[in-house]
Amino acid sequence: MRYQLIGVNHKSCPVEVRERLAIPESKLPDCCRDLSAHPGIEEAMILSTCNRVEMITHTMNGSADLRGFLHDHFHLTAAELDSHLYEFREKEAVRHVFRVASSLDSMVVGEAQILGQVKEAYATARAIGSVRGQLDQLFNRAFAVAKRVRTETAVGSSSVSIASVAVELAKKIFGSLQGKNVFIVGAGKMSELAARHLIAHGCESIFVSNRTYDRAVGLAHRFNGQAIKFDDLYDNCDKADIVITSTGSPQAIFRREHGEQFLSRRKNKPMFFIDIAVPRDVSPEMAKLDGIFAYDIDDLQQAVSSHVADRRKEAELAEAIIASEVEKFESRFEARLHTLDVVPTIVSLQDHLETIRRAEIERVRSRMGPLTPEQEMAVEALTRGIINKVMHTPITTLKTAAREAEATTVIDVVRRLFNLHDKEKGPASQAGRESSGKKKEGETRD
Amino acid sequence: MPLLWLRFALACYFVGLTYAFFALSRTSDLFSRIALHAASLGMVFHFVSLVELFLSDHMVWASVHNGESLLAFFSMTFFMIVYSIYQTTSPGVVVFPIVFFLTFVAAVDEQPVLLTSFVQHKGWLVAHIILIFTGYAALVLSFGASLLYLIQERRLKAKKPSSLISFLPALEVIDQIGYRSLLLGFPFMTLGLITGSIVAMSTYGHIDFTDPKILLSILMWIVYMVMVFTRWNSGWRGRRAAVLATFAFVAAIVAWAANYFSTIHRFAA
Repeated sequence: MRYQLIGVNHKSCPVEVRERLAIPESKLPDCCRDLSAHPGIEEAMILSTCNRVEMITHTMNGSADLRGFLHDHFHLTAAELDSHLYEFREKEAVRHVFRVASSLDSMVVGEAQILGQVKEAYATARAIGSVRGQLDQLFNRAFAVAKRVRTETAVGSSSVSIASVAVELAKKIFGSLQGKNVFIVGAGKMSELAARHLIAHGCESIFVSNRTYDRAVGLAHRFNGQAIKFDDLYDNCDKADIVITSTGSPQAIFRREHGEQFLSRRKNKPMFFIDIAVPRDVSPEMAKLDGIFAYDIDDLQQAVSSHVADRRKEAELAEAIIASEVEKFESRFEARLHTLDVVPTIVSLQDHLETIRRAEIERVRSRMGPLTPEQEMAVEALTRGIINKVMHTPITTLKTAAREAEATTVIDVVRRLFNLHDKEKGPASQAGRESSGKKKEGETRD
Repeated sequence: MPLLWLRFALACYFVGLTYAFFALSRTSDLFSRIALHAASLGMVFHFVSLVELFLSDHMVWASVHNGESLLAFFSMTFFMIVYSIYQTTSPGVVVFPIVFFLTFVAAVDEQPVLLTSFVQHKGWLVAHIILIFTGYAALVLSFGASLLYLIQERRLKAKKPSSLISFLPALEVIDQIGYRSLLLGFPFMTLGLITGSIVAMSTYGHIDFTDPKILLSILMWIVYMVMVFTRWNSGWRGRRAAVLATFAFVAAIVAWAANYFSTIHRFAA
């Protein structure tokens, strides 16, 4: 596992430095190519989002000079950059990649966007050929882990901002927001944000009303909506399914009688009031009406904090999943590596015994003369049976040893016992040599 | 044989029943999928049972058990239609227990319980039974939807968005399910009553309006009509609609129970 990763994210690095490292999408393939051509690097991938820039590599000897690459490529000095960098190797790099893909390292833990961004970065790197065997395995596993985290924990299932909670609630009331109308009463920043979220989820017409009519016109213009005079508010409010209200009025502007009027004009179709004004704009009496759903700032805030707490709890579960996945990935990696080592020995052992068997049959045949088909079959079965029984223990021992540290010793003993060293001439033994070469390399780095 | 198939169906519906209780306390996609598949399989058995019954020579349309079995099957059909449109299994919370109960009663024994009255027009009788049961099934679903509406409305009003019952679809979706089943069921119920009157007329020559069965059926139809009207006219939903739906549902059950007191619409052993 010669994975090596270097990068910065929203936690380690201020935006002023991060923006100097950010790589635009159009330049990503070239940058990725440069990185994979950097000395000591076999495979490379770059993830660049607004919150993080990371170089994920598989190196030749486990310690490529990634910092050097960053300094050269982004024209930054060590003093400017190095204190913001984090670097992970081997198992820790695997863990980091799993955590990023599962959105545990995100600014808003559990947000779904990051997985898509990682997939895009992977596709880009794969298209230019800088991701092959090792990173391929790592990222395929990371995507599976991210999926597991998403299905087995509720880390991404709840909204954690007031605007997104409002959208979630609106969806609980109306189902789809397609074609729903929104009325903004009091042109504030927060109502504007909530309205933007609602529009992004399909809401269509926007009405804006404000005591200062000009401000209403300005905001309505931004949303392509319609400004309504404040005096006409009650005559028009029932046109909206969702009302976002945030006026500075000292008394509630929506009272029970207004609610009753709206409902009767709407044939009792429900209305959702998002009341972010303090003091509140919707009277508690009106909020009691059937068909009126009013959430004030505290209700929304409470939902947000309960969701944040839920996410934190779920994130702990997710971390446990990731820890076990990292272990699994590592042991699979080791097993693959070691099985590769013992396979050639098993093959040459089988070849060796098969040659002996054939030679012995030929010898018997020349002594006994031609055999009947039945006799042929009996001899075949008998000799194969003996060979299989003899080979059973050495092969099992080899396979078991593959998972342990003593693998090389066992391989060596078997080769000596059966005199397999002299026979390393065929293609199988060629593979064996390559593989043991790999192992030696592995030994130096482990 | 039909009874055997019906018992297989019952076993499948039992999974649905378990789901209904389970769903009240927690959400599980996996369980709702299992319940859905079990219910579909149950419907296949149920259908086989009904077809065998239909093809058998001793077919007794107007037996209580066959009636219950038919009503359960129609209710499941409605449930599946709703599922295919809205992709939600939550009406199952109400529909599954009712279907299970009806199938259970029907699957207990095979004793044919006959209409004692002599019926002349078999065709009208069959039409009457199918129409009225389709109407009943729609009513069951509409009743289920109005209960779910109440639960969801309470939940939203209580302002605890992360409370336990989060499997419910959006309020407007539940409302649509209820309203559409109501609208769909009404013509069936009306035609069912008309065909019933035709059967009664042809058999007795007149309709006895003082008979409890007829009286209660008319009452149920009036409540049904009031429901459709208030909904169409002033968009009643939520608590008021739930009260009406419950009333109509109770009226339907009472009208069904009235079979035991009616002189002309009587099932007897």
